[in-house]
Amino acid sequence: MSADLFESMKQSVIDGDEERSAELAQQALAQGIDPLVAINAGFVLGINHVGEQFGVGEMFLPDLMLAAEAMKAAVAVLEPEMKRRGTQREVLGRVVLGTVKGDIHEIGKNLVAMMLSASGFEVHDLGVDVPFQKFAEKAREVKADIVGVSALLTTTMTGQKTVIEVLDDMGLRPQVKVIVGGAPVTRSWAQEIGADGYSEDAMGAVALAKKLVGK
Amino acid sequence: MAGKINAIAHPRLSLNILSTADVHKIHTATLDVIESVGVRFPSRKALDILEAHGATVDRNTLVARIPGRVIEEALKKAPPIYTLAARDPSQDLPLDGQHVFLGTDGCCIEVIDAFTGEKRRTTKQDSADCARIADALEEVGFWWSMVSAQDQPPESRSLHELEAAWRNTTKHLQTESIVTEPEMQAAIEMAAALTGGKDELRKRPILSIMQCTTSPLGHDGGSLEAGLLAAEVGLPVGYMTMASCAFSGPVTLAGNLVVGNAEVISALALMQLAHPGAPVYYAAAQTAMDLRTGGYTGGGPEDFLFGAATNVLADFYNVPLSMGAFATGAKEPDWQAAVDNAFSSFMASLTGSDMLLGCGLLHGSRILSYEMMVMDCEIYSIVRKTLEGIVINADTLALDVIRSVGPGGNFLKHKHTRQHMRELWQPRLMDRRPYGQWEEKRDGARDWARARAQDILKNHQPDPLDPKLGAELLRIIASVEG
Ligand code: B1M
Repeated sequence: MSADLFESMKQSVIDGDEERSAELAQQALAQGIDPLVAINAGFVLGINHVGEQFGVGEMFLPDLMLAAEAMKAAVAVLEPEMKRRGTQREVLGRVVLGTVKGDIHEIGKNLVAMMLSASGFEVHDLGVDVPFQKFAEKAREVKADIVGVSALLTTTMTGQKTVIEVLDDMGLRPQVKVIVGGAPVTRSWAQEIGADGYSEDAMGAVALAKKLVGK
Repeated sequence: MAGKINAIAHPRLSLNILSTADVHKIHTATLDVIESVGVRFPSRKALDILEAHGATVDRNTLVARIPGRVIEEALKKAPPIYTLAARDPSQDLPLDGQHVFLGTDGCCIEVIDAFTGEKRRTTKQDSADCARIADALEEVGFWWSMVSAQDQPPESRSLHELEAAWRNTTKHLQTESIVTEPEMQAAIEMAAALTGGKDELRKRPILSIMQCTTSPLGHDGGSLEAGLLAAEVGLPVGYMTMASCAFSGPVTLAGNLVVGNAEVISALALMQLAHPGAPVYYAAAQTAMDLRTGGYTGGGPEDFLFGAATNVLADFYNVPLSMGAFATGAKEPDWQAAVDNAFSSFMASLTGSDMLLGCGLLHGSRILSYEMMVMDCEIYSIVRKTLEGIVINADTLALDVIRSVGPGGNFLKHKHTRQHMRELWQPRLMDRRPYGQWEEKRDGARDWARARAQDILKNHQPDPLDPKLGAELLRIIASVEG
């Protein structure tokens, strides 16, 4: 029977149906299925399918978003049991992300956040108009592997440099990689300010983050 | 010196895109949203004004729920007609519902150099150059702060852009890059210095202001406060929504219009509550998110429909409209650019947008291309000619002429032909040469457009700015930098 259950889990994520996925997670718990198995043999397969279909242009961003939501809802149900068993989902890395101070453009940053978390990163999204210091503080608090700074304005992109300087001042720079992006940002700008990477779009940001954490 | 501006005047074509009932439905839905959901105004000044006029204000979320009748009453105070003044009064732009004026697109970050063809970051010199080109191109009615002067300090950059433009064109200036009170204060002083005082500036606003809303259902605090300052001294202020289907607005076009409309009219109403009778305008550049990349598309049928529909809304509220057209997402001045910009400018003009933004930028308003700028003007000139429609009268029916030529003759040497032939549209960039001539040279619109831009940059002399005034502008800018 659990083969059917796993298939339904996968399907609930593909359908982006968070009520259904949470309900299926409950069922798994009731049947005594290991939560990690439920995730890896069920829900994650849905995410993978959506990712592949997105890659070939058959599914769109809202599909990805909803799938991620359904996945999240299931994981939330399974989490207490995972804690009890002392198991954990593997995360690829921890990312602190935000749009820099003075800048309220959020669409691109949100996409990057969404794609990173759908790909297995733990993302701490600080929102928009984020003070420089806050990036560093959050990075220290959550032991971030990566700090991502988005800037859409030529007047605010210098803030990306400031964030790097603050990380440096706080002695965090050796362990934290910095990635930057946004409309006016270029590879040469990223090099100029000593960032570890730059990406033109959200997909590229995922590939870059994976590379930087060695995955 | 700049020549006469080729405005679209008294267009004869029209388009029925929304019925009166449709507009009422959008309006009612919009008021419902403003009243029950509310709009975010992250500015204490703005919230105080709204609260004093009966809005319910949440100081934590910064959301104001404004009764529909407050919005309606406030909007009634907005003047339906006014003039955008130019430094040279012969280039004034009457926003009277009978004209469409082309502006330049704005705030780009890179430029394709007119001479070397190299793509590089923009500087103040580029602000000066594109203003000079706008001064010379007769299709361009006003200059919208076209490039970001990235070699200038961030806190005064927007003012350097204006100063560079005022030195290089006598046409009306509009800026989108002032989002703080100190910069706005300085811009007002600069404009007042040029008109000879604030009273004169109120009568002849040689500068107008564009601000953006923050979709969905929000505003930027700096933009609101800068806008209020401008409205106080009578500079025309517009708020532009960029609500994007499926991301910052509902995926359906109607829903997206409601969200954008709520943002724009709530801001315009705020201006009227604070400064009744201040000239304001509706502005929009709505689009549909690209479903694959999340990108702001800058082109496509949804944009064209928004371009036409928004004008009906602005007419309903009886304020002028600035419509985002052109602004192709194409990376080069190519087929995509021509398709995007032809359709978008046509649809927005067909419904009579007072201001049409804007020519010259590529890649979703990020790269200035002088080739594109000149080619956009050619597109505009086609739209302009088309909107003249077909005039029917005894002279144009030409019965006598037809009679005199009769079956099998030709009209070439008829006086009537010579009398009217210059009414036919003349291309500057369309290639109508014989095939062989093209084959020999293999050049075309882009080459000719580039040559025209180069020629203007080398030879066009705009009316100079009085050196004393020029120095005064620099002094005001320095006071902000101090
Ligand atoms: C950490 O690692 C990474 C890695 C990759 C990263 C990354 C981080 N961050 C982004 N990426 C990358 O991946 C993303 C996904 O593929 C991509 O993100 P993007 O954000 O590039 O792409 C998004 C998916 C879609 N793109 C967008 O959302 C941006 C589109 C454009 C049109 C744009 C929009 C929509 C807006 N804007 Co503004 N806006 C423009 C933009 C022009 C353009 N075509 O880019 C730009 C950036 N804006 C500009 C301006 C001037 C302004 N805007 C302003 C406001 C707004 C809106 C609020 C109206 C709205 C944002 C809505 C929102 N909620 O985010 C104002 C600034 C407010 C502020 N303080 O921030 C205001 C100043 C206008 C005003 N007077 O109010 C211009 C900047 C000029 C300059 N000199 O820098 C501009 C180029 C447009 C223009 N030509 O006028 C990549 O860049």
